[in-house]
Amino acid sequence: MRRVLGAAFLALLLWPAGALAADCPKTTLGDVEDEVMCPVCGVPLELATEAPQAQDERELIGRLAGRCKSKAEIKAVLVSEFGDRVLATPDDDGFDLAAWIVPALAILAAAGGVGLAASRWRRTRRRAPAGPAPPPEGARLDADIERYEL
Amino acid sequence: MRRLLAPVPIAALVGVVALVGLLAYGLSQNEPDRGIDRALARGERERAPTLSLPSLGGGPKRALADYRGKVVVLNVWASWCDPCRRESPLLERWHRRLSGSGGTVLGIDVNDFTAKAQAFVRQYGLSYPQLKDRDGDSIEQLGIVAYPETFVIDRRGRIAANRRGPVDDAFMRDSVLPLLREQS
Repeated sequence: MRRVLGAAFLALLLWPAGALAADCPKTTLGDVEDEVMCPVCGVPLELATEAPQAQDERELIGRLAGRCKSKAEIKAVLVSEFGDRVLATPDDDGFDLAAWIVPALAILAAAGGVGLAASRWRRTRRRAPAGPAPPPEGARLDADIERYEL
Repeated sequence: MRRLLAPVPIAALVGVVALVGLLAYGLSQNEPDRGIDRALARGERERAPTLSLPSLGGGPKRALADYRGKVVVLNVWASWCDPCRRESPLLERWHRRLSGSGGTVLGIDVNDFTAKAQAFVRQYGLSYPQLKDRDGDSIEQLGIVAYPETFVIDRRGRIAANRRGPVDDAFMRDSVLPLLREQS
């Protein structure tokens, strides 16, 4: 009985560490670096290979991921250091607004184009004169047999 | 001709023209603002931007306007910038020289890790006030494209000189000392 209790106690002690290890890391450098910018280089971090600041940023992300921080938590740390511009998403004001508006307009235009093409196609199909009805299956078979009779 | 005037080609043409216009606008927006340089070339002093930034390492915000009445040597730097390292001892020396005669050097650390910037300040024993611009907004207002850049602001808050690159004693002597003799 004492041995069972001891084992249970040990399992209880080890369980949180085990659970934490299973949860960690929550993210990786590769997972974060395509969603943040290298603020000095002006390109996404994954494309900035040489810049010392990009190396520092990678080091920080790796360290935070090692401390079991989630992607959102790591991004929050980067935003506190560099502001919103460190996020690899365009701003929602000024010229960057175009990055949101242009694709939306393009999708609308494409949908309009498809709709227009479909309605034209339907109209031309309706207007097309009905051709002669195909011969019944039996008559076609007879014709074929006749053709092969030498 | 009638085919060309149909709604679809016209809409496509309008779309292409709009995209080209947008591209041209975007390119013009990315150009650094050179208004300060043009004004200085004309011999005019443009009003300095209304910067208001937190101190490096936290603390309350400080505005450039807080230094009105003083000659301010505004130095934009980052800890990862090599020329900034080379000019820092010179700036510290000039700060000590200016602080007794109504002037100051004011640093703005941009696009930098706070811990690294603080280590830089400690390493070079910089005693002048340091602000942090995490977003780089001051860069845009001052038309900065590289580091370091320095702006000399007179007692009335106008930009009297600038150096896009590291400063030297000759620049400081020629552009700062005459301003100390001016009245606010």
